[in-house]
Amino acid sequence: MRIGVITFPGSLDDRDAQRAVRIAGAEPVALWHGSHDLEGVDALILPGGFSYGDYLRCGAIASLSPIMTEVVDAANAGMPVLGICNGFQMLVEAHLLEGGLIRNDHGSFICRDQVLRVENASTAWTGDFAAGQEITIPLKNGEGGFIASEETLDRLEGEGRVAFRYVDVNPNGSLRDIAGITNDRGNVVGLMPHPEHAVEAGFGPDTAAAMRSGVDGLGFFTSVIRSALVEA
Amino acid sequence: MPTIVVDVMPKPELLDPQGKAVAGALSRTGHGEIAGVRQGKRFELTVEGPVTDEVKAEITKIAEEILSNSVIEDVVNIDFGDES
Repeated sequence: MRIGVITFPGSLDDRDAQRAVRIAGAEPVALWHGSHDLEGVDALILPGGFSYGDYLRCGAIASLSPIMTEVVDAANAGMPVLGICNGFQMLVEAHLLEGGLIRNDHGSFICRDQVLRVENASTAWTGDFAAGQEITIPLKNGEGGFIASEETLDRLEGEGRVAFRYVDVNPNGSLRDIAGITNDRGNVVGLMPHPEHAVEAGFGPDTAAAMRSGVDGLGFFTSVIRSALVEA
Repeated sequence: MPTIVVDVMPKPELLDPQGKAVAGALSRTGHGEIAGVRQGKRFELTVEGPVTDEVKAEITKIAEEILSNSVIEDVVNIDFGDES
């Protein structure tokens, strides 16, 4: 399986996302925001960072990039798309996911190992988890507060489209503790925390077993590989 | 060249952490009479040629779809500069 990772001006975690894809057993393909070519990839990752210095609104200018035309078409045709942090903000700005992301309610940038509950384990990116499973992956953002109208929030909850919820601590004021959501088809997933930073023992979050041994993020990438096998 | 001004504000019902931080600084510096601050954005668009109804419609669309995000912000004013 070939998974494209798109680099935008100001992307920071594109290399980490490529590495996570490789560790999970797929082939990462580096894609460029200014191109109109998805190079025949089977899935897409929009990585974290600060595209265009967060000018206008986080992810807003990147969501108007040339390659986003193809990303929107591919997402609407069912291709798995994962937006991490700034990538989540881009998916929201591109209207592939609902709601919006605003500055953290406490006004500060936050960086911590965050416990999440997997609320929907049937998306293209969460199939290897169990519903209700708690995972720990790093979170680092300044504008991660998820907001939407009450009506939209009720609909997201009712349709099972809240993919992840913050556990123990709500780190940024996200409404209803929402950390990530999915579209109705389950192929597009966006979340603020960073699964690509928890894929290799020695470099992940601390666990009860050993320091930096957490690899809970790997499941995102193995999930999408398995979902492609099921479809094939 | 005509300049058109678009003002965008965070939705009133939503938290505005930037405004809140500014209000905190005002209060700390002895401006206790300021009860609140909300921070928005002002865009100045210069247009080549006359501002026709077509241009106005285009700018209104740009303001609503690109300069603002209707989930979190409102376009509170567009000044086409033709009032005077």
